[in-house]
Amino acid sequence: MTDLDYLKLSKPAKIGYDFLSFLKRIPMGIVRGVQKLFRSIWHIICLFGANVKDVIMTFVNGDWKTRISFLIMGFGNCARGQWLRGILFFLFQTVFNLYMFNFGMPYLAKFSTLGDIPTTKKGRVTVYGDNSFFILLYGILTIFFILAFIYTWRVNVRQNKLGQKYLKEGKRLQTGKEDLQSMADEQFHKTLLALPTLGIFTFTVLPIIFMILVAFTNFDYEHQPPSKLFTWVGWDNFHTLLSSGGANYGDTFRQVLFWTLVWAFFATFLNYFMGMLVAIMINKKGIRFKKVWRTILVMTIAIPQFVSLLYVSKMFAADGLINGTLMRWKWISEPIPFWTNAHWARFTVILINLWIGIPYLMLIATGILMNIPADLYESARMDGANAIQMYMKITLPYMLFVTGPYLLTSFIGNINNFNVIFLLTQGKPLSMELAGNAGYTDLLITWLYKMTVSDTNYKIAAVIGILVFIITVIINLVVYNLMPSVKNEEDFQ
Amino acid sequence: MTTKKTSIPEVDIEIDQEKGVIREVKTEKYLRSKKNHEKHVNRSIYTILVIMSIIWLAPFVFLVLQSFRSYLTESGGMVDYVIPHHFSLDNYRYLFQDGMFFRWYGNTLIIALVCAVIQTCMVLSVSYALSRMRFRGRKLFMNVVLVLGMFPGFLTMIALYFLLKQLGLTQEGAIPGLILIYCASSGMGYYISKGFFDTIPKSLDESARIDGASRALVFWKIIMPMSKPIVIYTIMMAFMAPWGDYVFASYVALGRAESYNVAVGLYRWVNTNDYQGYFTRFCAGGVLVAIPITLLFMFLQKYYVEGVTGGAVKG
Repeated sequence: MTDLDYLKLSKPAKIGYDFLSFLKRIPMGIVRGVQKLFRSIWHIICLFGANVKDVIMTFVNGDWKTRISFLIMGFGNCARGQWLRGILFFLFQTVFNLYMFNFGMPYLAKFSTLGDIPTTKKGRVTVYGDNSFFILLYGILTIFFILAFIYTWRVNVRQNKLGQKYLKEGKRLQTGKEDLQSMADEQFHKTLLALPTLGIFTFTVLPIIFMILVAFTNFDYEHQPPSKLFTWVGWDNFHTLLSSGGANYGDTFRQVLFWTLVWAFFATFLNYFMGMLVAIMINKKGIRFKKVWRTILVMTIAIPQFVSLLYVSKMFAADGLINGTLMRWKWISEPIPFWTNAHWARFTVILINLWIGIPYLMLIATGILMNIPADLYESARMDGANAIQMYMKITLPYMLFVTGPYLLTSFIGNINNFNVIFLLTQGKPLSMELAGNAGYTDLLITWLYKMTVSDTNYKIAAVIGILVFIITVIINLVVYNLMPSVKNEEDFQ
Repeated sequence: MTTKKTSIPEVDIEIDQEKGVIREVKTEKYLRSKKNHEKHVNRSIYTILVIMSIIWLAPFVFLVLQSFRSYLTESGGMVDYVIPHHFSLDNYRYLFQDGMFFRWYGNTLIIALVCAVIQTCMVLSVSYALSRMRFRGRKLFMNVVLVLGMFPGFLTMIALYFLLKQLGLTQEGAIPGLILIYCASSGMGYYISKGFFDTIPKSLDESARIDGASRALVFWKIIMPMSKPIVIYTIMMAFMAPWGDYVFASYVALGRAESYNVAVGLYRWVNTNDYQGYFTRFCAGGVLVAIPITLLFMFLQKYYVEGVTGGAVKG
């Protein structure tokens, strides 16, 4: 198809065509991805080889200071007068050695089995054995520590090489004071990023890797260390979660996944269009008290969600305000099952989410609507367009164009929208037809939470987490691959 | 001289030959009908807005009204009327006398204040480094944070809980524990402020650096004063978040009532603690929590809107 043919297509046909060509690109994309993977592996091998060569050459060409530094880190730095760097290197090596011999090695040695001697009680005496949890956690930590050590050692070798070279060339080496000064100047990013990186590593990276590995173990209520150890089980948990029949969770998983996607769709797009509509109404010329309307709506953002959502959830309860009032007025004879009927509950959740979401979208849309060039509307009005046409042809495309990335993040955010569901329904109504304590309004994320807190079924929780991650990645990839065609039109550039 | 203007009343246009344009004639009838139409549209918009305002405000008005219903003389649970028969301050009196509620309130306030300081420092330093400096590993850092962000937040809850437990920061130590968790990874939320820093021209930095200022000095003396909106936005977000956190707070405090934050405490009152009797006290507690937060929000609304729209447009 030529570009001209493409431009002749109608809007839906264009989207269809984009989608088909995206599907066609998938095999090529996979091939390219694999190629890229191999290339980067090869690149890493080359890099490794170059590094090894450089290390050997440094040793061969090095003087005695350099050579001793291979064993005692920082020796060369100190010998050449760079005391600060040298002492830091040496300290790191000491800490590493102490850690490895006293702490790291025993844990790492049991990493392949996650321990085999459970803690038992002989009479009144507790005989302490292994603890799979700590073996796994500290095993990962130790592996990272070893990698960090290798890297630091490599830096140490390079510093010696450079130091030796500079001195031979008659240059002066940076003193400790200058080092410190550069930490506030050229190397300022190291100062700025040191603490955040450490935090992200310890409290995000390490736990995530830990949980990914838990998905391949049998860590659950029956295997709680230290008295009952857990161990590696391969892909069993994925099998349990994805296949149906017996004690497997497959049917429930599909049910929950389906509702998660439906929910994310409505929560994103319904809020989006309604919020935009409200923003247009408030911003219309001739409407007064704009600020008042806006402030009233924004109240729902300001008030903490646990107050407003918990209160609203009680309003809709069987004995709550709404049912009570309607019954007193004799409009209904028995309470509407807002939270006890699956369909009602799903509907109510989406409805109340509008209450939460519209103000937010209204704020965003207001900012963007003001940026739409007024002459676009002016010329449309000259051509005799009415309000609806102007909305469809100018406002909506402009908004979609500008907020495309926002829609994506918002969709992903709604897949993980824990607060609204949990504070309103806790995933209820529950059902015998659903396994693993899931309810009809449970999202994957609230199900994961239940698995963790009430069922202590950590292995399945970990698998759900990984699947949510995979879903997120797929949606991101698909949208970003479809986006260029949106951008090509450049309607508003 | 021929006529320059030809008027065609049937379609309300005239042809101006001198200027060579066709122009709409705004007849009185047309203007009146347009005005009427406009009035009509505006009236319906006002109606919709008033209805919406009622729906949006109703829960809060009800919340406040019900907080004045005494749990001693009237029912403390849920009833099917809104306006209490007698206005009383019993619920508020209970909150002040019980002590537990103010303990929770104090816990949350401490967490919120400390987080506001630490998180702001973290976020601003990460975004400044990523926005202004070019160094090895910058792209890597951003990509890693992007991928980490795709993991669901609660996945790591158990691991974090046991990590905190190792450090002795659960139950009695829940407050510092929560602060640690909230702050440790806050550097990952750098997007909005980085977007803001990106809009400040780089030539400012460069001219200052030519005059001999170090990076750190540029950060403090030039970028910070110019970034007031985004600093306030970051502080505001960091301060408000802990007030609403139920999940992690309840997990870390785990049955130790002294370490609850308000969200956990009030959630217990509504859902597990015989909520029939505690409902009005929950309302009163909710009001006390909502008032300062809402006032703060209203005062700083401008900055919030700036941050939110900036974030949405840049993605």
